[in-house]
Amino acid sequence: MEPLIVSSSPHVYSEDTTARIMRDVVLALLPAAAVAVYFFGGRAALIMAISVLSAVMTEAVVQKLMKKPVTVNDWSAAVTGLMLAFNLPPTVPLWLPAVGSAIAIALVKQAFGGLGHNFMNPALAARAILLAAWPVYMTTWADPIRVAMSAAAADAISSATPLAILKGMEGTEAQLPPLWAIILGNTRGCLGETSDVALLLGAVYLLWRRVINWRIPFSFIGTVALLTWILGPQGLFTGNAIYHIFSGGLILGAFYMATDYSSSPVTPKGQIIMGIGCGIITSIIRVYGGYPEGVTYSILLMNVAAPLIDRFTMPRIYGEVRADV
Amino acid sequence: MGLKVFGFKGGVHPFHRKESTQDKAVERMQAPKLVYIPLQQHIGAPCEPLVKPGDHVKLGQKIGQPKGFVGAPVHASVSGVVKEIKQVPHPAMGQGLAVVIENDGKDELDEFIVPKDIESLSAEELKDLILEAGIVGMGGAAFPTHVKLSPPKDKNIDVVILNGAECEPYLTADHRLMVENPRDVVDGLKAIMKVLGVKRGYIAIENNKPDAVCVIANAVKSVPGVEVIQLKTKYPQGAEKQLIYAVTGRQVPSGGLPMDVGVVVNNVGTAAAIARAIKTGMPLIERIVTVTGGGVAQPKNLLVRIGTPFKDVVEACGGLLGQPAKVISGGPMMGIAQYTLDVPVIKGTSGILVLTKQEVEMPEPGPCIRCGKCVEACPMRLMPLFISAYALKGDYDRSEKLHAMDCIECGCCSYICPARRPLVQSIRTAKRVITERRRRTASAK
Repeated sequence: MEPLIVSSSPHVYSEDTTARIMRDVVLALLPAAAVAVYFFGGRAALIMAISVLSAVMTEAVVQKLMKKPVTVNDWSAAVTGLMLAFNLPPTVPLWLPAVGSAIAIALVKQAFGGLGHNFMNPALAARAILLAAWPVYMTTWADPIRVAMSAAAADAISSATPLAILKGMEGTEAQLPPLWAIILGNTRGCLGETSDVALLLGAVYLLWRRVINWRIPFSFIGTVALLTWILGPQGLFTGNAIYHIFSGGLILGAFYMATDYSSSPVTPKGQIIMGIGCGIITSIIRVYGGYPEGVTYSILLMNVAAPLIDRFTMPRIYGEVRADV
Repeated sequence: MGLKVFGFKGGVHPFHRKESTQDKAVERMQAPKLVYIPLQQHIGAPCEPLVKPGDHVKLGQKIGQPKGFVGAPVHASVSGVVKEIKQVPHPAMGQGLAVVIENDGKDELDEFIVPKDIESLSAEELKDLILEAGIVGMGGAAFPTHVKLSPPKDKNIDVVILNGAECEPYLTADHRLMVENPRDVVDGLKAIMKVLGVKRGYIAIENNKPDAVCVIANAVKSVPGVEVIQLKTKYPQGAEKQLIYAVTGRQVPSGGLPMDVGVVVNNVGTAAAIARAIKTGMPLIERIVTVTGGGVAQPKNLLVRIGTPFKDVVEACGGLLGQPAKVISGGPMMGIAQYTLDVPVIKGTSGILVLTKQEVEMPEPGPCIRCGKCVEACPMRLMPLFISAYALKGDYDRSEKLHAMDCIECGCCSYICPARRPLVQSIRTAKRVITERRRRTASAK
């Protein structure tokens, strides 16, 4: 008889693995990716491909250089690459996603210890860096191709996203697109954030697979809905909450970015605080800030607060005896 | 019996894998040629042997006497001749001193064995009988039952719970016992309640065993103060603290014992063993063992004499099927992996699990991705990822501050971890170190 394996219990494991979780996230993002290609054309596909490729290659190269095991087959780099692409306007030059993904992986993820150790969402941090470095590229929005073609409008380059219009920013006297167009994704914006239908489809999948739970996304979106309704442009309780929920990057941010494991709290209470915090900051930036959109910065700010939140929201353990009793 | 189902917060849902034995009636296994009866079968005091090589022993004869209060005597599970007393492989301790008896096949009864009646015995007599019969917890830990039934005077016990959850995957020994022998279970409960002077008793069963719930509910109909409780099917529903919470809503204080909240918990198998010891006079010399897993030809529930080597038990189930990868004493969540099939069945052996290569995953730990699944799964509401991280760095003080000592070692965290971190394994190490430190500081004072 061959020697028996002796190890400490448990002797069975759930089917969940890191790779399976990351693969699930990629699967969940596919509908939105397809819609992006439909509305923004082959360029969107190219941006996504370059971004993912750059992320995976950067991870492999960095890990090789640092003499660590190469773990690109855990799909996590692919997720970061795809997430970053989702956060880029469809008009960016093709080197931008390559640079962005390299920053996300090398600087934000690997420099801090790799998977599970990044204190910010790598894709979002990279996006913030790109936005600071190349603001023009990062805020040049294109009308969806189908719209442009049907309207025969020559100027595919236009400047205002629905949120900017909603905010009444300078030079944006344009008409707000109808809500249904926003929900479907037939609107200006980053290539992966526009189609709420596709994103929500993926979100349902992630919730069903228990990759994510309801706490961060629901508290995030709920807070934004509440605050943008209360802090309306024509006084209290005049805001267009529905429009705020479905435009910009809120759905993408709430379900896919704020839920990033390593940069969000692990305690149940902490996750709700994270969601509410993100919601408050997003709403304040959207309503009062200089930018039309605040999802990125809200998540990044709450990311750095996550360890502190964890510390103050430790669950009360079973049978805990308070020292003063 | 209400439809209400009781549970606790957290836990996991592993595959039950009980199908291959849950409908199979318990079979009595023929006593083997040689039995190896360890003189220590649980934490606490080991036994002093009362026999020497060459002695003739009868079935049920006491052959080992515990050296302390936290101990239980051991008895001959066959009649025959003591061959030797030597170190043998032990399913819980690696090695242990055991009395080896050569079975003469006559099952000649010890003359002390006389049937009694629960009603005619006083509480004190019952407790003595339980001690003398060598009854221990049959759920796995094998803690001496008479100790549990001797709470200090200042503890006011008002509830007795029989644990019929059997939440470990694969195991069906308690399930079959409840279905086939509800009378013994209920009589055992009555005896325990009498010893403790308690008026309220519950028999708690997971709701994946509807037949057992039914049978036991019928059996307690005419018993005043006793009720059946249906539990949610999830692991670790049968863990003492989680069970107490599900049934009574009480939380055992951190560092405390069930008796601190007025509860005594016993396994259904323990209750049945008590009832049989009273009714037949026979001490604990056999138990039901679920023999299962992909590596066993005919999975069965067997009534096995204590001291029977695992390999004889597996042989009685048609032998091995292919090459076994892992042999576990107990269930897959908390059971102990064995290095040899030569270990004997002891009082706490609830199952023998023979797993094939396909059933065994060798975890390859990756980095923690901070998914928080272990936090959600922990039935004690600890934060396994942090306790473990500190433990792996050797920072046991921080592990202790994060309540490492409250860990019940159920293994939910390791089971659920997608990165296959050695969570419970490292916390276990931390607990050993912390206990050792506390012991040393206490003795230094």
